[in-house]
Amino acid sequence: MKDTVILSIETSCDETAAAVVVNGRKVVSNIVYSQIDIHKKFGGVVPEVASRNHVEKISQVVDEALEKAEMTFEDIDGIAVTYGPGLVGALLVGVSYAKSLAYTLDKPLIPVNHIEGHICANFISNPELEPPFIAMVVSGGHTHIVHVKDYGVYEVLGKTRDDAAGEAFDKVARSLGLGYPGGPMIDKLAQIGNKHAIDFPRVFLEKESLDFSFSGIKSAVLNYLNQQNQKNLPIVQEDVAASFQQAVVEVIATKVIAAAEMLSLNKIVLAGGVAANSGLRNEFKKQLEGKSITFSYPPIQLCTDNAAMIGSAGYYDYLSCHFADLSLNAVSNLKLGQKLYVNHN
Amino acid sequence: MITRVCQNESETTAFGKAISEILQYGDFIALDGDLGAGKTFLSQVIIKSLGVTDYVTSPSYTIVNEYGNIYHFDVYRIDDLEEMYEIGYEEYFFSDGICLVEWASMVEELLPEQHYKIKINHGESFGERIISLEGTTAQLESRLEQIK
Repeated sequence: MKDTVILSIETSCDETAAAVVVNGRKVVSNIVYSQIDIHKKFGGVVPEVASRNHVEKISQVVDEALEKAEMTFEDIDGIAVTYGPGLVGALLVGVSYAKSLAYTLDKPLIPVNHIEGHICANFISNPELEPPFIAMVVSGGHTHIVHVKDYGVYEVLGKTRDDAAGEAFDKVARSLGLGYPGGPMIDKLAQIGNKHAIDFPRVFLEKESLDFSFSGIKSAVLNYLNQQNQKNLPIVQEDVAASFQQAVVEVIATKVIAAAEMLSLNKIVLAGGVAANSGLRNEFKKQLEGKSITFSYPPIQLCTDNAAMIGSAGYYDYLSCHFADLSLNAVSNLKLGQKLYVNHN
Repeated sequence: MITRVCQNESETTAFGKAISEILQYGDFIALDGDLGAGKTFLSQVIIKSLGVTDYVTSPSYTIVNEYGNIYHFDVYRIDDLEEMYEIGYEEYFFSDGICLVEWASMVEELLPEQHYKIKINHGESFGERIISLEGTTAQLESRLEQIK
């Protein structure tokens, strides 16, 4: 069977990225703007204005993706692009560029949900993975427990009611005076701290609920820091980081495993930036001991925002002929599982 | 200007509901207060009181969350005002909808002239918050009289 080659574009947040993915699983090139040798592109001169804007990066990133893949536009079967959720201004750059490519090349235009992309990163890193399974999407902006019923078929079982998990990490890191993004810093400190030092609350919400709330634990950490300061007591950053992280990962792992058992599914995957957190991975491994549930997660470069994951999601939508026409628009608050602008051919 | 001392979350909730009752479409609310002061909490109360049934989640990462014509911002991550132009902030700030902006003082230059300012400060005792609300024009100030 002939290979299906997808060119994918992702501009939903801070990164401008493009990739070439074959048959949804094999990444031939995966370019994030920061990786590009700007000096090469500009002959030694880096225009200050160009550094910030997706508009000025996108064509270079796409060209670089094709160049690395040793392909031309002729080799591409479809163009996948993130159309939400995210910042409309950022999304529109990718969407407009993808639309113009699809139009001029007369190739199918495949609209992809950013969160679905995160989940599909697992198809790249784990070649044996097939639906159905449970995916935990956990990042700076998203905290979702998802039942992946089939390729491209998702049901959200639970999500955050206030702060995303990654956001709680960032804010606790900020309050400890650590840098941004806070997740990796907290994780590093947590590895040498005592996770039982401070008893931060585990928020499970109502019995049976698979939703999350992380705003309370953030407040609990801030209150603890204030109280220690007021009483002139020392703050052991490592212990705060370890105790906070433990409180968060325990709740996540418990709920995700409960979801898998409830639906009798034997596969759990992580997705999104916080999937790189070692405390989270270890907690899953610990809680899954003795259970016949497999557990996997993508490598770090596929956990953070990238276009390869969009290429994987786009491939399965290509197989289902989920194409959009040129009326495609960015949808900032696109929900997981929602397919807008798709013509069922 | 009115100032309210709220001892706990339920008092803050009551005050947030009262604030939502005087709001009109086209209003702009600039919220400030330290990390953990409860900017998102108060925003959630106001937005839900305006009839939004969705979960009102924190916009810290997304910068803006839209609920119909209610726009909830957190501009903490904005390093440079230029980024606000890239987001197309004018479409939101000067719309017919209601805008709530956390950390608004970080983009002071861009705020519409006529707006409400909410400041949340920690009080003396644990959990206590001192919340002040003021309008930048006499017209907005006059509406505050309706708050019980």
